[in-house]
Order: sequence, then structure tokens, then C-alpha cells
Amino acid sequence: MSPRLRIALLLAPALLVVGVFVVGGVLQAVLQSLGFAPVVGESQWSLDAYRRVLADPAVHASLLLTARVSLISTAAAAVLGTALALLVRRLGGRRRLAVLFHGTLAVPHLVGALAIGLLLAPSGLLSRAAYRLGLVDSVQDVPALTQDAFGWGIIAEYTWKETFFVAVVALAALGRRVSDLEDVASTLGASRWQRLREVTLPVLAPPVAAASVLVLAFVTASYEVPRLLGRPYPTTLSVEAFQRYRDIDLTSRPEAMALAVLVALLTTLAALAYLRLVGGLARRSL
Amino acid sequence: MKHSPWRGAAVAVVAVVTVLPMLPVVLWAVAGAWRYPALLPPELSTRGLRLLLGDGVLAALGTSVLVSTSVALLACLVGLPAGRALGLHRFRGRRLVQFLLLAPIIVPPLAVTLGLQVFFIRYGLADTVAGVVLVQLVPTVPYAASLLAAAHADLDTDHEQAARVLGAGPVATLRHVSLPLLRPALVTAFLLTFLISWSEYVLTLLVGGGRVTTLPLLLFSAIESSDRTAAAALGLLVVAPPVLLVLALTRVAGRDVAWMGVSRA
Repeated sequence: MSPRLRIALLLAPALLVVGVFVVGGVLQAVLQSLGFAPVVGESQWSLDAYRRVLADPAVHASLLLTARVSLISTAAAAVLGTALALLVRRLGGRRRLAVLFHGTLAVPHLVGALAIGLLLAPSGLLSRAAYRLGLVDSVQDVPALTQDAFGWGIIAEYTWKETFFVAVVALAALGRRVSDLEDVASTLGASRWQRLREVTLPVLAPPVAAASVLVLAFVTASYEVPRLLGRPYPTTLSVEAFQRYRDIDLTSRPEAMALAVLVALLTTLAALAYLRLVGGLARRSL
Repeated sequence: MKHSPWRGAAVAVVAVVTVLPMLPVVLWAVAGAWRYPALLPPELSTRGLRLLLGDGVLAALGTSVLVSTSVALLACLVGLPAGRALGLHRFRGRRLVQFLLLAPIIVPPLAVTLGLQVFFIRYGLADTVAGVVLVQLVPTVPYAASLLAAAHADLDTDHEQAARVLGAGPVATLRHVSLPLLRPALVTAFLLTFLISWSEYVLTLLVGGGRVTTLPLLLFSAIESSDRTAAAALGLLVVAPPVLLVLALTRVAGRDVAWMGVSRA
């Protein structure tokens, strides 16, 4: 067997899965958003679904909420995760804390949404603690942190889970090599602040940026957390797409596909922006 | 700071803040009547935990184990040869293949599944366990393939060649040389893909149509109902296996555990 054929055969099953499901799925979503009706019905090609979706105030509100929730959660997780990694490194005992972080990472987001709901809901644990401390007099005084218009509950869930993801990635990057570089910097007379700004953070930037892109793509597209911790209206783009897909009115199907394409486009743009950024970073360091 | 008494306190604070959000889940799972504004449950009850022994929950547990085990096995079977090709060989189009294999991490599986659902219905895969297992390969195969590619890149192929020179056939070499060498990575890949599948909600809902009831589906409807004790007890059942697995694995495996973090459960 020729080596090329061998490699092709080895790759065939994985490429089949990705080709059929991912490439095929995106292609189908695009085609169906343009009016293609496979299996049943007549295909009527048009851009109507996109026109309807882009003119819909519900979609505008959804776009705003999706952008707000995903950008705030990602930024918070990146900053807090990096700070946490640096703190844990200074504290020592990082092995045991890292085990704890990994345990938190393994918590499914569905359970995370349950936990944050029980913590932040008007009659949740936090509100009870506030009552005990005399900060509120009754459950009516508690500001809404779940099912709220801003999306605080959703942001809280993602920030909690993803901070530890970023922290784990950053801790993995803070190895011996970084300590050596920092030692060299202090020998050369760098202050603690200079060491952080000129040595530690530049080393952490690429892995933390990569992790942040994964977080951003995930948060932008995820379904169960905004569905459970957010309001029915406005809701995030993925939830909106799913609901339109499930609508009894079949004319909503192309709109659901248009929204799915929009979500895929947004996450892909985030990844491309990242690749450009990394290219820029690599060039600058040369 | 390393030796100050504050160090222990700071570690404790970090640890408490890390697990704090899970505290209400544990409390509500064992709480009896717990009215506002009581800070702690005035009475404990085993009602929530007893609900877990009901037929519906046990059936969903069985379905979850079946689906996640099948997904993990298939993802490893598909990922192993792909990992071998990517880890051991340099070939034209390698970067494109790597990019394609990572696409499901960036392109949301929900979006692609919405486009494919009509074909799942057409080919009789909608509302079946087989359909759910197939669709869950999308978020799992990339991780299995990447993890096993990294393991192959570290593999010392001299052992395989020595076995071949000594007369072992390809199957015997795979069984007695390659697989044992790759075992740590295979175990990690299996557990990681199992966990992704175990946590999966929306793909199961879409393709399973509510007929394939896994634990996350039960949990979701419990959260939507107003029975906090039932939801919290189910939450504990869903969260326990992945957390215990990861904690156990962090002790045995080294570097590969970093992959656990990359899984977007």
C-alpha cells in the first residue's frame, strides 16, 4: 500500500464524520436558509429569511444580549482566570488547587445553571444571606439577578465555569521556563511590576488568548444556560434559532437556519480575528 | 508570603470560592421544607435522594450510560487512526485536515445539527439512540483525534519496528506493542469524550426528540419545574460521575489532563 493511500485510509473515518456532519451541516443550514426544502416541499430560493431576521426587533435585542453576555463573560473569565493562576502560583500548593479547578471544569453547564439559579434567584442562598445580614427586608427587595433583562445570571454562570478553564490553561503555561525568565529579569534589576508586565504577561498572552477564543465561541453558541437563566424575551441567538426551528409554523424554518448561519459566522469571525491576532503577536516577537 | 500564616488562609479562601456555587445544590438536595428567609434548611429530608431511585431516573441513567459509552468508544475508534496519521506522518494537506478536525470546536454543533435534522428524520435516525450517538460524534471526535495525535507524536516507533522485525504481524504489533504504549492517552480520550457526551443536552433534545431521555433531559425539566429538591438531587447525580472521574484521573495522568480543560462541556 502506498504511504499516501495509507494516510488517506487512516484519516477517512474522522474526515467522514467531520465532512458529513460539520461541512454538510453548515452547507445544509446555508441552503435551507436560502429557501432549499430537502425531502419535503418545494424549494423557493430567496434571501427573504435573512431580510425578515435582520428586520426583526426580537433578533436585534437577541444580538445585543448575545454580544453583551459573551463579551462580558469572556473578558471576566480571561482577567479573573489569569489573576487566579498568578495568585495560585504565588500561594504554592498549586497541585491541590489545580485538582479542585479541574473538578469544577468537569461540572456540566446544565448543573452550573442549576447551581447559579439556586444561588442568585430572588429566594436563593445569596438573598437569604443578605436577609440575615440585614441588607434586605423581604424577598421583594432583592434585585433580580436571574431571568433579568441584562443577563447577569447567564454572565455569572459562564464567568464561574470559564474562569477556571482560563486558570488551568494559564497555570499550565506558567512552568519552569517562566520562573527562569523572571529570575533573569530580577537579576537585571527589573521591579516586580516590570517583571509582570514585560515577562510574565507576554508569556501568558498567547495561551490565554487562545482559551478566550474557545470561551467566546462556546458562550456565543450555547443553549441551555441562557435558556434556563435568561428571559424568554429577549434571548440569545442560539435559543432564538432553536425556538424558531421548533415553531409549528414551517415558514419559521428558514429563519431558524438564517440565525444558525449567523451564529456560526460570528464564532468563525472570532476565531479568524484570533488567528490574525496571533499572527501579529508572533511577528512582533520576532 | 510562601511561609506566612496567611498562605493557608488564602488557599482556603480560593478553595471555598471555587466550590461555593455548588453549595446550594448540595443543601437543596437534602433539604426538607426550607422557606425564605432561613439561611440553612431547618430540617433535612431524604425525599430528593429517594426520587433518584424512581423508575424514570434509573431508565434515564441507563440511557445516559449507554449513549455516552457508545459515543466514547466510537470517538476513540475514529480518532485513533486519525491521530496516527496526524501524529506520525507529515503529508500535504496536513494543516487542512487539522483545521477541519478542529472546526466543530468553533462552528457550533447546534447550528450544523439544525441543518441536518431533516436528514435524521428522513433516514429514520431521529428519536433513536443511534441518531443521538451519531450526532454526538461531532463534538467528541475532534478531541479524541487531537489527543491521540499528540500521543502518537510522542510515540517511539522503534518498538513497533522491532516487533515487526521479530516477525509480528500488523495486528499483533498493534495489540501487543502500540496499544499498550498508547493506553494512557486512550484512557484519557475515552473519559474525556464520555464526559462531553454525558453533559450534552441540546443535541440530544434535538435529535432524540425527547424520546431518548438522558439524565440531562430529566434534569432540565426538573429545573424548569418548581421542585428545587428534585432538581438539586438530579443535579448531584449528573455532576458526580464527571467530577469523580476527573479527580481520580488528575491523580494518575499527568499532562493529558490539561485536555479536560479544553472540553467544552
